[in-house]
Amino acid sequence: MAETQTLREWLLTETPTSRRHAKMSALYQGWLSFRSNTMAMIGLGILVALVVVAAGAPLIAPHDPFVQELSNRLAPLGAEGHILGTDSLGRDILSRLIYGARITLYIVALVALIAPIAGLLVGTVSGYVGGWTDTVLMRITDIFLAFPRLVLALAFVAALGAGIENAVLAISLTAWPPYARIARAETLTIRSSDYISAIKLQGAGALRIITKHIWPLCISSLIVRVTLDMAGIILAAAGLGFLGLGAQPPSPEWGAMISEGRRFILDHWWVATMPGLAIFTVSLAFNLLGDGLRDVLDPKAGE
Amino acid sequence: MSMLTVENLNVWFGSNRDRVDAVIGASFEIPRGESFGLVGESGSGKSTILRAITGLAPDWSGAITVDGQQIGKVRPKTFFKTVQMVFQDPYASLHPRHSVDQVLGETLHLHGFKDIDSRVVKLLDDVGLGQKFRFRYPHQLSGGQRQRVAIARALAPEPALLLLDEPTSALDVSVQAEILNLLADLRADRGLTYLMVSHDLSVVGHMCDRLAVMKDGEIVEVLDVAALRAMEAAHPYSKQLLEASV
Amino acid sequence: MMTNLLDVENLWVKFPTRQGVFDAVRGVSFTLGRERLGIVGESGSGKSMTGRAILRLIRPPGIVEADQIALEGVDLMQKSEKDMRAVRGQRISMVMQDPKFSLNPVMTIGDQIMEAYRLHSKASKSEAYAKSLEMLEAVSIRNPERVMRAYPHEMSGGMGQRIMIAMMLIPNPEILIADEPTSALDVSVQRQVLDIMDRLVKERGMGLIFISHDLNLVADFCDRVLIMYAGRIVEVCDADKLHEAQHPYTRGLLNSLPRLDAPRKRLEVLQRDPQWSTAPSVSGRI
Repeated sequence: MAETQTLREWLLTETPTSRRHAKMSALYQGWLSFRSNTMAMIGLGILVALVVVAAGAPLIAPHDPFVQELSNRLAPLGAEGHILGTDSLGRDILSRLIYGARITLYIVALVALIAPIAGLLVGTVSGYVGGWTDTVLMRITDIFLAFPRLVLALAFVAALGAGIENAVLAISLTAWPPYARIARAETLTIRSSDYISAIKLQGAGALRIITKHIWPLCISSLIVRVTLDMAGIILAAAGLGFLGLGAQPPSPEWGAMISEGRRFILDHWWVATMPGLAIFTVSLAFNLLGDGLRDVLDPKAGE
Repeated sequence: MSMLTVENLNVWFGSNRDRVDAVIGASFEIPRGESFGLVGESGSGKSTILRAITGLAPDWSGAITVDGQQIGKVRPKTFFKTVQMVFQDPYASLHPRHSVDQVLGETLHLHGFKDIDSRVVKLLDDVGLGQKFRFRYPHQLSGGQRQRVAIARALAPEPALLLLDEPTSALDVSVQAEILNLLADLRADRGLTYLMVSHDLSVVGHMCDRLAVMKDGEIVEVLDVAALRAMEAAHPYSKQLLEASV
Repeated sequence: MMTNLLDVENLWVKFPTRQGVFDAVRGVSFTLGRERLGIVGESGSGKSMTGRAILRLIRPPGIVEADQIALEGVDLMQKSEKDMRAVRGQRISMVMQDPKFSLNPVMTIGDQIMEAYRLHSKASKSEAYAKSLEMLEAVSIRNPERVMRAYPHEMSGGMGQRIMIAMMLIPNPEILIADEPTSALDVSVQRQVLDIMDRLVKERGMGLIFISHDLNLVADFCDRVLIMYAGRIVEVCDADKLHEAQHPYTRGLLNSLPRLDAPRKRLEVLQRDPQWSTAPSVSGRI
């Protein structure tokens, strides 16, 4: 017990003794703040469960998600061997949900990597350099903002064929402009700070200032915004899947599952509702996580 | 031997109808090793002069000569080895996500020093902060400690001229005394030249040899600190300022 | 014999933090009559917290404890939040440091002053307007009608602060708490604002609590001075006797100020004695 006490003290110290110590201390204190928010912890818990389920799908899923059992179509909840029933082709819904988690995570990860990074790059360069660069980049941003997500996805599908990667690309292309705007707004505020003036007086160039000084400050608000947007992105992917533009059958993508179950919604409601509940839960989890992160990372909350 | 000469300096912001003239026709000269004060109230243009010298105010005209070199539109790298600045607000002049070690290390790196570690240690000692502050972040430092870090950062490239923009106005009285003593010691040890901006006449009276009084962008008078102490100011505005300060 | 407007006894203000409970104000006691009382201290001394505690402006998780905070004999600590709203502004008012932050930027000045007036009296709009004009003239504002129509950002610092004073004095309170009222102002304007405050406080027979970090200013302006350090009062003295102060902290503060009329090579640096924060608070009660 004495050992864990000193570890906590070590992490909460006011006088760090090395770079690593300082960083870990900062992270730990951030974690303590986050941990005190019950709702955020619930969100985090659900997402951790999602990752675990997706990773352990072959071990957790009771059935193969692609195996059809036409004699056992549309089995209700609680049926023998199928807790959540079966769909119109007799495939186990629970197993499809579990494997579908992988697809959901794949979409989330890809979009979270492409959109905010593109937005950060465009926004910070635009905000810092100003002048013509700013005008041009912001007009390009406006052009992408003008595209409705689903219409762009349709265009992509028409041009490149349906599939999950194209769906992700379409979503990313419409998701990055708001991040560019946030990054630009933050950059404009930061740009006039004394600490930026100070580093300019050391002869620092624009590249160093943007990457080492501005990015670390923008990243918190971007992380919060991305997390809160995740719900929308998952729904967009589900929507595309629903329209048949995203994941193609027999892929167990949750949106596509809802689409398949649409026909049976009156008598066999669980076929569409179960994947719907899954989408709802994950979106809610991201929202709760985003709220919690904002409380911890938002500089206005007092640093 | 003049360290800094400013001739007919005009600094303005905006253009045409929106143009605001912050500094009008300012001229003064600081010999090497002297401590020169710039006093005035808010809006007098004193901080703007510092920004024009360091290149942080883009629109200016006139002549600025530092250590014999005339300054053009762009400042060469060597300029920043000669001239450095300490900012007013210690809570705003350090990057919130960088530790003290990172701030000093980056500065030394940018100026091409190789023995960064030992220099960081020495700088922290020179400004009276111990090694235990080295890895702290700004929010773990008090106002006075932050200002010491800002001074250490300014001293890192071993400059000859230090521009001080109200270095103690955001600090408590007892901390101010420490910082002013530190600045005086550093100047004596290293033969630095100071250009100090302040609204507080008693601080300028303590730290400087000569001073210029500014009002609405213009220098109305340049006087010796001895004259200031004897309450002998020629210009009516300077007199007014003196009376209000005592 | 001065009647006591305010009697504060054993005031404590505490804030729970991750590292334990932080005591911002520790056992402060003082009385206020129809006089100007200065509270001087550096940042972290608890002087602003004391002012806010009197008005019960400190919200949870902050904890305020006192044996009593008596306004003309009635203990404010016993009052409900609803009753306190009748006290704030009406009986005790507060002027803060920067009018940029204490005046509402989206309302005209006239609207704000009239609102302040009508909150505490059943006046009609035209009565409130007339009273506001009267008040603005009382703080030496030459063109009150124009100012009534203007927005705060159009005013200079000195004018903004005078408007704040007008707004805070319009309900005719008995006590004014001024928290660093001139710290954001230029030196030439400070004197003007202080003179106005002085005149109004004397005319109305009010009590004034003047909180500041500027020892000399307070000595000049007030009748009695309390010097605070680390949440405690370390010394109480008459303003004109400040330069004969006994406590080493006060002496240290006085000696660390650079002075035009007494030049020195080095300023005396305050050597903090841990005893100052552990010794009990000196009582400022008469």
